[in-house]
Amino acid sequence: MYRYDSIDQQIVNDRVAQFRDQTQRYLAGQITDEEFLPLRLQNGLYIQRLAPMLRVSVPYGLLSSKQVRMLAHIARKYDKGYAHVTTRQNVQFNWPALESVPDILADLASVEMHAIQTSGNCIRNFTADPFAGVAPDEVMDPRPYCEVMRQWATFHPEFAFLPRKFKIAVCGSDQDRAAILIHDIGLILTRNDAGEVGFEVYVGGGLGRTPVLGSLISSFVAEKDILTYLEAILRVYNLFGNRENKFKARIKILVRAMGPEAFAKRVEQEWQHLKGSESTLTDAEIDRMKSFFPVPDYRPVDADIDVEIQSLRSEHQAFDRWVNRNVREHKQTGYVAVVLSLKPIGVPPGDVTAEQLESIADLADKYSMGEVRNTHEQNMVLADVAKDQLFELWQACKPLGFASPTIGTLNDIICCPGGDFCSLANAKSIPVAEAIQRKFDDLDYLYDLGDLSLNISGCMNACGHHHVGHIGVLGVDKKGEEWYQIQLGGDQGKNASLAKVLGPSFSRAEVPAVIEKLLNHYVAHRIEGETFLEAYRRIGHDEFKAAAYA
Amino acid sequence: MPKIIVDASVVEDNWQIIAQGSSLSPDELTEGNYLLPLDLWNSLAEQNTPPANLGIWLNSDQLPEQIQGDFLNVEVIAINFPVFADGRGFSIARLLRQRYDYKGQIRAIGNPIRDQLTYMRRCGFNAFDLAEHYDLEQALASLQDFSETYQTAVDQPLPLFRRRG
Repeated sequence: MYRYDSIDQQIVNDRVAQFRDQTQRYLAGQITDEEFLPLRLQNGLYIQRLAPMLRVSVPYGLLSSKQVRMLAHIARKYDKGYAHVTTRQNVQFNWPALESVPDILADLASVEMHAIQTSGNCIRNFTADPFAGVAPDEVMDPRPYCEVMRQWATFHPEFAFLPRKFKIAVCGSDQDRAAILIHDIGLILTRNDAGEVGFEVYVGGGLGRTPVLGSLISSFVAEKDILTYLEAILRVYNLFGNRENKFKARIKILVRAMGPEAFAKRVEQEWQHLKGSESTLTDAEIDRMKSFFPVPDYRPVDADIDVEIQSLRSEHQAFDRWVNRNVREHKQTGYVAVVLSLKPIGVPPGDVTAEQLESIADLADKYSMGEVRNTHEQNMVLADVAKDQLFELWQACKPLGFASPTIGTLNDIICCPGGDFCSLANAKSIPVAEAIQRKFDDLDYLYDLGDLSLNISGCMNACGHHHVGHIGVLGVDKKGEEWYQIQLGGDQGKNASLAKVLGPSFSRAEVPAVIEKLLNHYVAHRIEGETFLEAYRRIGHDEFKAAAYA
Repeated sequence: MPKIIVDASVVEDNWQIIAQGSSLSPDELTEGNYLLPLDLWNSLAEQNTPPANLGIWLNSDQLPEQIQGDFLNVEVIAINFPVFADGRGFSIARLLRQRYDYKGQIRAIGNPIRDQLTYMRRCGFNAFDLAEHYDLEQALASLQDFSETYQTAVDQPLPLFRRRG
């Protein structure tokens, strides 16, 4: 992974000193609340319902075991002993004191981490495919490019006060696993006919109160031109994005108002001034970044291991289930990627204790080259597991609570912190997730339902990505009471679609039973091999709606 | 005389801002230094080059391309921050410096805050009219919050990746 040199370290140290000074001036009354707001937000610090919340940046979701141990230390020392993995691959702490945040940032800086631009109206953390570098279908590893862009975006002086937040996702394979169509900018690495590397550029995707899928504005921007092209997009947005109305300030509204073609043309005009300038990437820089993400030192694994795993699977049903759901294929013969579930029933999705974080660091050291990745589905991935250690890893995961064999099933719920923590929320989301998980805890039933995503957001800001769940649940406020709107038919990935609202909302107690009716309708009417989403698309919205309100 | 920050020093300043919609005629602006709203500047510049005691201030929704006449020799162009979070001024300043090669003073007016100084400096501002509650001498420290930067900007023609050893 990328390692800081003395300059990177100095920049992060400067930031810690800057924020320490800003915090002191704020506490001394020299900075108003209004002035302090963007300063703290751009250091990831929200004032929440019960306490401040600190969001730590995890660039493209990648963590070293040393960094994971530091997160455990912070959870224990400054928080209530746990942390939360977010839907943008970051980590949040829910209980730090404002006064201690500069010290937390200093601790983070000691392991090459920070909370820079994890909130506020600026360029946020770059997210990427959690299987970057190991996915068999990958065209190019997105991480070196993510790091190039991360550095470009860090303290970019022109784009620190944008009309609204700005999120960029990057994927290196044609099968998008970074939800690029629901980002302000989505980039897919590709090759042109001449074999040169570049990006497909999508702009104007986003969820929130006006969900929109991104529009393709360029089918090929050469790798060396990506920074100048991004700069052109950001400049057009900075100058022309809506600043009157917060709810119309995202770039998606500008792209829609201008039309994607006119927007693309405006970007192109701006780019002509920037193209070829000093920000054009050099081969040396691209090579330098790639050198941080080499092919790991894989060892040969005995070819008989597949037979052995097969026999272990027939012997241990639980292992077989886990392999089926939580293990992914790998580029390297003899290796697999393993998803650690952070969704055991009874725990808020994505929450991990300090002890679990330390266990994950140990697992990463022992089984996966000392690294781990956060997924936007709020799980973690050990990306480089040798098959001859797979059974042993599974046995180690079970007592730690990571072996829930439910990845990609109904119970692998994506869920925002909701009304239990977040001051923006209209309704709680965690208890809804738990009620659904408890109702549908039979593994055979979950497997029979197959791939099924259920996403819950506690308000229309959509941190739980409810618009792109096969089933989406949105908390709404009706006269001070919590109600839940159910949506169907969303999907992420290259063929993303936005879910459609079913009808009048339901009380919290009703939600699991309504989900059950929808599932029953699917099971009764599916054609052999058809997923929930496929069945929904074939049978149609109205029939599912009728079933839900029957 | 009011004080502002220019080129990392606190100095006295004698430029006065003429409000948008002012009915002042140019004859009344012969004594002293004035920053004119864009439409007033443009109406003067249509006739002939305005005298050297007149400068321009741009609102955050006004671009350099809207300035008429020869403005490259104007001593001061100010960019207004109606609220400090309105970040259009950062792009406007870069355009003035990098696309138009404007060498005069670019001044942040309106409501800029101390903690924006380093970003403003990087985008080409070299004068800062901060609100009265700031101690300007102390605020100078915020011009240099970072010892190194990743991107190219007005202050640094080369991105860090072209300068790393």
